[in-house]
Amino acid sequence: MSVKDTNVFERGSDVADRENAERDLPVTVRRDVNTVLAGFGGQGILFMGKVIAYAGLLDGREVSWLPSYGPEMRGGTANCSVCISDAQIGCPLVTAPDALIVMNQPSFEKFVPTVKPGGVIVVESSIITAKVECNNVAVHYVPATTLAEQHGLKGLANIILMGKLLAAAGFCSVETMTETIKKIVPARKAHLIPKNIEAIELGMKA
Amino acid sequence: MSQRVLMKGNEALAEAAVRAGCRHFFGYPITPQTELAAYMAKRLPKIGGCFLQAESEIAAINMVLGASAAGARVMTSSSSPGISLKTEGISYIAGSDLPALIINIQRGGPGLGGIQPSQADYWQATKAPGHGDLHILVFAPNSVQEMVDTVASAFALADEYRMPAMILADGMLGQMMEPVVLPEEGNVTLPEKPWATNGHAGEVRNIANSLYIEAAELERLVKARFERYAEIEEKHSRHETYGLEDAEIVVTAYGATARVAKAAVRDARAKGIKAGLLRPVTLWPFPKKAFEDAAKSAKAFLCVEMSMGQMVDDVRLAVQCKRPVEFYGRTGGIIPTPAEVLAEIEKLAGGAE
Repeated sequence: MSVKDTNVFERGSDVADRENAERDLPVTVRRDVNTVLAGFGGQGILFMGKVIAYAGLLDGREVSWLPSYGPEMRGGTANCSVCISDAQIGCPLVTAPDALIVMNQPSFEKFVPTVKPGGVIVVESSIITAKVECNNVAVHYVPATTLAEQHGLKGLANIILMGKLLAAAGFCSVETMTETIKKIVPARKAHLIPKNIEAIELGMKA
Repeated sequence: MSQRVLMKGNEALAEAAVRAGCRHFFGYPITPQTELAAYMAKRLPKIGGCFLQAESEIAAINMVLGASAAGARVMTSSSSPGISLKTEGISYIAGSDLPALIINIQRGGPGLGGIQPSQADYWQATKAPGHGDLHILVFAPNSVQEMVDTVASAFALADEYRMPAMILADGMLGQMMEPVVLPEEGNVTLPEKPWATNGHAGEVRNIANSLYIEAAELERLVKARFERYAEIEEKHSRHETYGLEDAEIVVTAYGATARVAKAAVRDARAKGIKAGLLRPVTLWPFPKKAFEDAAKSAKAFLCVEMSMGQMVDDVRLAVQCKRPVEFYGRTGGIIPTPAEVLAEIEKLAGGAE
């Protein structure tokens, strides 16, 4: 039995852009995004990745979420790769991201040099003091942990940073993100939905 | 139709098995497969099934043998070192003509190796999944959706031919989440198993056994089994192609690596190189004819694996040395990148001109 791919060589991002133009969707909102999220275990790195992947799912797109797993997660670094595309995801492991969120110094050192030219980096600047030295990427420094504490959003630094990435990389619409938060926050924690939405708005403006 | 949900490969495999009517799971935890067993531990007791964590992989596979002999739809799952422990039982299951599903979420080896994704168990799965003259069905899905879709057909073919079936995946497929549409939940009608040793209610007393002292009898049984294997090779090999029609360079890879290879083929096409992908979906039976056909027009083959080169042997056999077959692999838990594979394709394209 042979299964043939009917979409051979026709599903590049330019095709997706064309289709989006036909559907009157803003082209930038439907961009392919290959994201790396990295930090310490416990900062909500994997959850942040799930939110981004879930937003892609709600938009009816192809998505993949690949966590780092194993001993590095216990007290060490945690990272995950998230891909959103209109074409089938090739390699779910992102080695050259066009969007990066870093939440600790080791991740900053490891992943900043891997970002593609023209990419976006969001740096948790209340934890990381280093600055990005290359000038072909857009860098956003957000003191997310400090902001979270000031606004009564303790523990939502990750969501603030994701809000910034949403504004900078436009991986989905704000409406989709709001819907995603409503669906992904478990029922027993429903009281946290407004806080998460507030954190996203705060991040988008940061 | 069910809606698209986001699920981890390991958990999706477990839910697909439940929806395929599997109510018996015996296993032992090991990274990167553990979520599968953990899911079954939660799910099976709620629906009248049996989840049992055995004292070892050897015990687990023998429980699979017992449940299968009694006519149950049964499975186990593990990762590379654990599969090595199960091979004795797999041979006994094959020698007793019993169906079962075994899932291998491969990690780096040999020995305890590592815990990152690998495809270094290809030889074990396809050549020697246990001692003796035997084959098992080996499926190599390349996405969470295809893993789900494979489960029911693996159970069905295992039942039809009364032999073990294996889903050979890896840590990347097991750990990643992708959108998946699950089969509808409902009552699954399992095939009649008149050979089951379930209390000799009938006239005939069934026996599940793999010991045959008489050489002539054992030879007769093994030969009969190989006639079934020949029929399977004829009827059930599966493969997928991508841009193969005019391909001069045929890249071949299975499972997660095939996705990396496909991305590289797409990039090569963008650079004007006539590359295509031939992805074996079943590893046993190996889709020999697809390779024979591809060899008629291709200039060269490139086999990509997360190993030092195992499937490449079967590719060379299938191509019968009519075309050069090159190899690129990473091992020990390293995943090859599309850029690395593209560089190999470009090398071949340069050499072919």
